[in-house]
Amino acid sequence: MSANISAILYLISGVLFILALRGLSSPETSRQGNLFGIVGMIIAVTVTFLTVGNFTSGFIYVLIFLAIGGTIGAFIAYRIPMTAMPELVAGFHSLVGLAAVFVAISAFINPEAFNLGKPGNIKLASLIEMAIGAAVGAITFSGSVIAFLKLQGIMSGAPITFKGQHFLNALILLSIIILTFYLCKNQSSELFWLLIAVSFLIGFLIIIPIGGADMPVVISMLNSYSGWAAAGIGFTLENTALIITGALVGSSGAILSYIMCKGMNRSFFNVILGGFGATDQSGNKQTKEQRPVKSGNADDAAFLMKNASSVIIVPGYGMAVAQAQHALREMVDTLKKNDIKVSYAIHPVAGRMPGHMNVLLAEANVPYDEVFELEEINNDFANADVAFVIGANDVTNPVAKTDPQSPIYGMPVLDVEKCKSVLFVKRSLSPGYAGIDNDLFYKENTLMLFADAKKMTEDITKNL
Amino acid sequence: MEIDPFIFRLSIFILSIFVGYYVVWSVTPSLHTPLMSVTNAISSVIIVGAIIAALSGNDGETFSISSIYGFLAIILAAVNIFGGFLVTQRMLAMYKKKKKDK
Repeated sequence: MSANISAILYLISGVLFILALRGLSSPETSRQGNLFGIVGMIIAVTVTFLTVGNFTSGFIYVLIFLAIGGTIGAFIAYRIPMTAMPELVAGFHSLVGLAAVFVAISAFINPEAFNLGKPGNIKLASLIEMAIGAAVGAITFSGSVIAFLKLQGIMSGAPITFKGQHFLNALILLSIIILTFYLCKNQSSELFWLLIAVSFLIGFLIIIPIGGADMPVVISMLNSYSGWAAAGIGFTLENTALIITGALVGSSGAILSYIMCKGMNRSFFNVILGGFGATDQSGNKQTKEQRPVKSGNADDAAFLMKNASSVIIVPGYGMAVAQAQHALREMVDTLKKNDIKVSYAIHPVAGRMPGHMNVLLAEANVPYDEVFELEEINNDFANADVAFVIGANDVTNPVAKTDPQSPIYGMPVLDVEKCKSVLFVKRSLSPGYAGIDNDLFYKENTLMLFADAKKMTEDITKNL
Repeated sequence: MEIDPFIFRLSIFILSIFVGYYVVWSVTPSLHTPLMSVTNAISSVIIVGAIIAALSGNDGETFSISSIYGFLAIILAAVNIFGGFLVTQRMLAMYKKKKKDK
């Protein structure tokens, strides 16, 4: 196939990828968007086969390996529970990163196949692009693996910090730049391997100090990195589809990180440098825990809700852990039969990844037009009778509005306390991720329901 | 003087960042999880490079060192392509509107 025709076809597949993202602007057009993405991918792969034009035994192996990977991917996609979506996405990011590293290695060993010059004499620009692709890919890989382990609970979600951490990281980042410079000068393969090894290390070091609830930012950031890695390889291969896609994914991840940081009122660097709320919180804890708390059982909760005319549900990560979304939906169905208006309020950083709660509610057949974002619903709390907080904590803490000393001061929170009464499902009074007490527990109108979220929801449904 | 083709690719890159910026801001927050899984799937278009690498072996030699890396990358990217698109499909199928018949 002529180079011009294939370039145009790659361009078309890039445009289809743009349309795939465009489709996500509303749930109605989203399925069609996904289809565009699939068509774009098929075009890109087919064009590559035709351009290489090598239909020997290697081609058969390509198809075999494609089928193996595809089967594994399809199997995972159908089996994965929706609550495990953050882990899945983190895992997938690591694969993109590693694939980028492998392609870069292959191009370095055999540059002739990519028209980049001869081994030991690769074009300077290609070498820089290759180095960037490999380094960013390696960071994406090791960072995503750590994020995956933390989300899966194999590794503790607590931040791991040590003295001189930032200094060490800065040193390693500097060494990556120096290595790239010398790699371009003498094209030594040792330096190339060293560059990749150091990049693996820095990816690992960047993610370990970041705690569990900051995962939405981390996942979005790694999403962005995987895009930049793809773009780097795209420049090496002079491939428009890869360049366009890399830029799209890179900016998409960056925007999501920004939205997540804004949801926590924290700067990006603050999150990345890690160690949130671990330091200045020991002082005034004892005095606070003495305060009285009203606690109730499923019967009380059912009574309150039965007499309400509108209920707002505030889900959080705890709902995902307890797998309570289906039980919750059943409860809401019962409420609706009693002509009670029910809506859902979702904080931007609820859960472990952007949009996590929305997917879970969608899985439990909650119509998406009953689910509202923070800005859309925050004024409604004052007119609602009951707020049902299930598995959320820090995002409801009124301290963020009242106490400038608090580490979460200024973070946008749901105005749950303005409701006539608040039902707070939680296992214990322990503070949330930010390590601070939730003032909401001690309010006059709050009734604490100490139990597992799923069990409590089921009990309430029985009592309604 | 002739313009280096690199500049054209750079232009595509920069403009695509802007396209991405505006397109992603218009994505509704409730679809942010599918957005991540679909961006993950499309970034696996890196398989293009993997295929070139895998088929780079000289005549009669299917598995050279560089093509082995290509084959490995094909497996990884294929997991992502199929996994990413299918799981997105699965998620999007769940988003339903309220039934009008109430």
